[in-house]
Amino acid sequence: MLKSLTPLLWFLFSAGGTVAALLFPIHFLVTGIAVPLGWLEAPSYQSVLDLAGHPLTRLYLFVLICLPLFHAAHRFRYTLYDGLKIKHLTLLIVTVCYGTALVGTMAAAYFLLSLL
Amino acid sequence: MSSQPHYTAYHPKWYRRPVSVWWWLERWPYTKFVLRELTSLPVGYFALLTLWQVRALVEGEAAYQRFLARLESPAFLMLNIICFGGIMFHALTWFHLTPKAMVVRISGKRLPDAFIIFLNYVGWIGLSAGIVLIWMRG
Repeated sequence: MLKSLTPLLWFLFSAGGTVAALLFPIHFLVTGIAVPLGWLEAPSYQSVLDLAGHPLTRLYLFVLICLPLFHAAHRFRYTLYDGLKIKHLTLLIVTVCYGTALVGTMAAAYFLLSLL
Repeated sequence: MSSQPHYTAYHPKWYRRPVSVWWWLERWPYTKFVLRELTSLPVGYFALLTLWQVRALVEGEAAYQRFLARLESPAFLMLNIICFGGIMFHALTWFHLTPKAMVVRISGKRLPDAFIIFLNYVGWIGLSAGIVLIWMRG
């Protein structure tokens, strides 16, 4: 079954890698560094809620969360193979990596839908 | 006397140089490769952080303020600064790898690698500027 999923997993890897490369640096800089250090003022809760209320924003956030999750899961799987030489644990590694990405995706869908 | 061929459990093993788990520290290109692969950790982390932020947003204003306050703690700041380095490493290596993974031909001529890399940077700067504008407007 893993074999037949391989093209899909590689597609998610490259799509997620592109999303993470183009969009993560600025989001991380703003949310993770600039706002906590006080370089930028965080917008009010209400204005963030209004922004997230728009369906396009929610679609954007869904893509922003789930594609990079699958990218990271796929890449981390092969890092474990090459780096730690534990290819014989394939089933466990695959379950943990893609399982995390899948649970994260479902959680993102759930929270974004409950923003309605 | 009929003798059956006799097999033993011992099969000759070809000599293989044992590879240490730390093979990737032997040379800089290997180290760079492993560091690039390890950017999956900060990428996954930031995706989950964004998920956590969305959850806080759903739970209400108090939860959202708690989320913002937590990111101001020194531990999170340190973690985020390190992970930001990882995310930047991912972005830059990704931009430089795309022309190798994706060959674009226009009327039979291959687009030069440098041009595709340049387009990546243009897109990156444009999108980042757009996101900051939307963010500032609230």
